[in-house]
Amino acid sequence: MLDRGTTVEKAVTSYVRSGQTLMVGGFGRGGVPFTTIKYLADNATDYRNLTLIKNDANEPGIGIDLLLKQGQVKKLIATHIGLNPDFIRQMNDGEIECELIPQGIFAEKIRAGGAGIPAILTDIGLGTEVAHGKATYEMEGKTLLVEPCMRGDVALICADIADNAGNAWWRGSNRNMCVVMGTACDRVIVEAKQIVETGNLKAEDIHLPSVFVDVVVPAGPLPHGEL
Amino acid sequence: MAKRELTSGEHTLLERAGREVKHGMVVNLGIGLPQFLPEHLPANTDVTFHSENGFVGMGEGNPEGTPDSDVIDAGGRACKVVPGAAFFDSLTSFAIVRGGNLDLAVLGAFEVSLSGDLANWKIPGKLTPGMGGGMELAQKANHVLVISHHLDKRGRGKLVPQCSLPLTAPACVGTLVTERAVFRRIDGRMHLASIHPDFDRKSALEGINADVPTPDVLEPWEATP
Repeated sequence: MLDRGTTVEKAVTSYVRSGQTLMVGGFGRGGVPFTTIKYLADNATDYRNLTLIKNDANEPGIGIDLLLKQGQVKKLIATHIGLNPDFIRQMNDGEIECELIPQGIFAEKIRAGGAGIPAILTDIGLGTEVAHGKATYEMEGKTLLVEPCMRGDVALICADIADNAGNAWWRGSNRNMCVVMGTACDRVIVEAKQIVETGNLKAEDIHLPSVFVDVVVPAGPLPHGEL
Repeated sequence: MAKRELTSGEHTLLERAGREVKHGMVVNLGIGLPQFLPEHLPANTDVTFHSENGFVGMGEGNPEGTPDSDVIDAGGRACKVVPGAAFFDSLTSFAIVRGGNLDLAVLGAFEVSLSGDLANWKIPGKLTPGMGGGMELAQKANHVLVISHHLDKRGRGKLVPQCSLPLTAPACVGTLVTERAVFRRIDGRMHLASIHPDFDRKSALEGINADVPTPDVLEPWEATP
């Protein structure tokens, strides 16, 4: 934890560069760092050639769709893109590369990346095209897929409450991929809907401990409003 | 839960599918028709709904909620939770699925093969929603129930000799319910198991270009008292 309570601009310009791999939190709209993404979209020429690791492609006009539309993304690694028909078209037209991974294995690959485990073994996807081209390992008479871990340069995640030390807490179904992504990147930017004094979050309630977090920035009003 | 008017055929298949759900089960509902299952469950069938984006104890839709609310289902709709619900992250959510704690996954399908293979995530070059959690649900739920219209818009049945589309998981479908019939996988092969009273054996197999075993004695369509 380096900075405490700074601006989105300062956080992004300090840590994010073109060509990086960014993990972006969220499932549907919960946990999506809309304010940080909007900054990247508003400064598109400075942030290009990105690889995004995100559960889904958001919906047209909001979240990472802004980055996909503006050609800032070379590859999206995701689990489900069904709510963004515009991106499905971009993928089918070959504009943006997309790798789809089963959702729980997506999360486990990130956990492995954060936990210092080079790869995991799984039977998920055997007998499907997910297994094509992947290394396998024989164990106790069973064939398993070798799934390499995933790490990112920077994690962009949105918490409901963070304290000034960087501890973070999520409400309802907003936690999703955010916590595990916060463990698996060299830099972690937590965008928080509410920032409180250190000590105001109960220690046993904290979902992401501050040791993983580099900077906390305030979430702005939802840039998309209610659609 | 979701908003749309159901056809009478959809009500029929949902009610029949509801009778496959047993009291006390932990159940995951796929996006689409399965999301209408809760309102079609028989009386006194209390189940715990798992939402793969991070909770168990999903309740009905939240009319005051929005897609930006703090509790949404995996399809992005605002919903409520019941007393005793628990929120968690994606890791725990899929530990529930892969670890054997999900009793039933109710899924839609593009195709189901005679051997119970499921294809429901990709039509190459056209519709590619992605598998989401579907591969793990199909492969690891203790039972997979597929619900579907009997015929697609071109009059083709969902049950095919072999799937032509990319698989979600091989040999995973335990039960297929349509508005005309129920099919069950027995000894690795889908069998006709029950027929709606309005249909005969011929129409229960209409559109199905596969050699479906049809036992002489079938299960009753209606619940047995």
